[in-house]
Amino acid sequence: MIRNLLKQQALPAPSELTSEVAYFDRRRLLTSTMALMLTGKAGTATAAAATLPALEAARNARFSAAEPLTSYEDITTYNNFYEFGTDKADPQRRAHALRTRPWSVAISGEVETPGVFTLEDILKPHPLEERVYRLRCVERWSMVIPWVGFPLADFLKRFRPTSKAKYVAFTTLRDPKQMPGQRAGWLEWPYVEGLRMDEAMHPLTFLVVGLYGRVLPNQNGAPLRLVVPWKYGFKGIKSIVAIRFTERQPPTSWNSAAPDEYGFYANVNPAVEHPRWSQASERRIGAGLFEATRPTLPFNGYAAEVASLYRGMNLRRWF
Amino acid sequence: MTVAKRYRYLWKPLAFIAALTPALLMLAGGFGIAGRRLGTDPVEDLLLTCGKTALNLLCLTLAVTPVARSAHQPQLLRLRRMLGLFAFFYVLLHFAVYLVLDRGLDVAMIVKDITKRPYITIGFVALVLLIPLAATSTQRMMRRLGRRWQTLHRLIYPISILAAWHFYWQVKRDVTEPLIYAAIIATLLGWRVWHRQRRKPPAPVTSTYGSATAPERT
Repeated sequence: MIRNLLKQQALPAPSELTSEVAYFDRRRLLTSTMALMLTGKAGTATAAAATLPALEAARNARFSAAEPLTSYEDITTYNNFYEFGTDKADPQRRAHALRTRPWSVAISGEVETPGVFTLEDILKPHPLEERVYRLRCVERWSMVIPWVGFPLADFLKRFRPTSKAKYVAFTTLRDPKQMPGQRAGWLEWPYVEGLRMDEAMHPLTFLVVGLYGRVLPNQNGAPLRLVVPWKYGFKGIKSIVAIRFTERQPPTSWNSAAPDEYGFYANVNPAVEHPRWSQASERRIGAGLFEATRPTLPFNGYAAEVASLYRGMNLRRWF
Repeated sequence: MTVAKRYRYLWKPLAFIAALTPALLMLAGGFGIAGRRLGTDPVEDLLLTCGKTALNLLCLTLAVTPVARSAHQPQLLRLRRMLGLFAFFYVLLHFAVYLVLDRGLDVAMIVKDITKRPYITIGFVALVLLIPLAATSTQRMMRRLGRRWQTLHRLIYPISILAAWHFYWQVKRDVTEPLIYAAIIATLLGWRVWHRQRRKPPAPVTSTYGSATAPERT
């Protein structure tokens, strides 16, 4: 079933892996296959990755962290994607039910050219690039992830936002048949997120279609997700079906669910604690039992690039 | 085999091994023994496993008296102290993982956590309250404290409530699991209220221990 699903995925330029992005080389595949045979489970995610189409995308060094990458296995088996369940293993177990083709995104609101666009239309003009970003979850764990995608700004400009467009609102698919987690009411569905226009247009803000040089696995938000590396992970809305340009600040899911705990901005900030826990440190996934805990950096280490967006703002109030 | 011998040589050792198993599995996971590994976020995994095992054992400890009474198996009380001490053992492990692996022994941060974060405060209070119970768990202390021993050990009731609350409060959104623990603890404590009201005026409590004068908690 997964194979058929992938055959439908005619993402741009599926090609053989280039040597620079040879993540899943022969030896690693052999190792993971052997691990699979020996233990029956370890390395399954890595093995499954080999079936996803490869993407042609050179690494953008300017926007890439020089830190050891979190393993593909960890990135694809430890997910917060409540549409598939609240356990971190749920998305990997259940997201195969998500049909990512055909897929379309509705563009509306304060733009000159609204409409419904197919994924092919959306992707066609954009050259893909790879960026290694830190991901800091509000739950105090972090990863380093090689995403494949293109700047959100390049995409948004195509629709010519009007002068009234002050915010961008995003919506995830709502379909409890494909997303069984939506039968539970832990959050209001569909999941919604939003950015201020200058945040959305910032060169770091990334629209993602791939991971580790291959098509994005469903559990990570296929076929199209947002990545805003200086904000907590929940701002990175997954499986986007609608983008709306608005004059007023749009509602966002976690903020609606617990306004005193999750703000609209949700910038990573070690000095502003979550009401129930400190955000001063984080645990790096894959770093080992004794090396995991490390200090959290302001704006997740992207302060030089983004701090100016919030000049003069009280970040305690606008958390 | 007499009942006493069966408990000493069979049921107690079996319960001991069962209660120790989660610790052994964590140890194996930590060192990669027998193909076992900890979760993707190993520190979180250890924290949760220790915490939930402690809660499980706390529930079991609280279940001993109701089950012993209802099933007319007073010998079961012989297992209660060990279960309670194991609960304390896992609470200590939980705390140690938090101090060393999660907080890297950052004293300032730990003090701030305990004083400022309500869910950590109540968890810490539960841990502190367990200390006198563990310290007075010996036969000698039971004899020495007499009736006061029973009064002191009723602390286990507020401790169990704090423990469930501590779990409930740290969960991000899906509170199903903490609510299950809360329901179990409420049932076990509720049984005690019901039982106490039923047997008014209080009948004299007879010890079920062979030799010791261990007063029975209800």
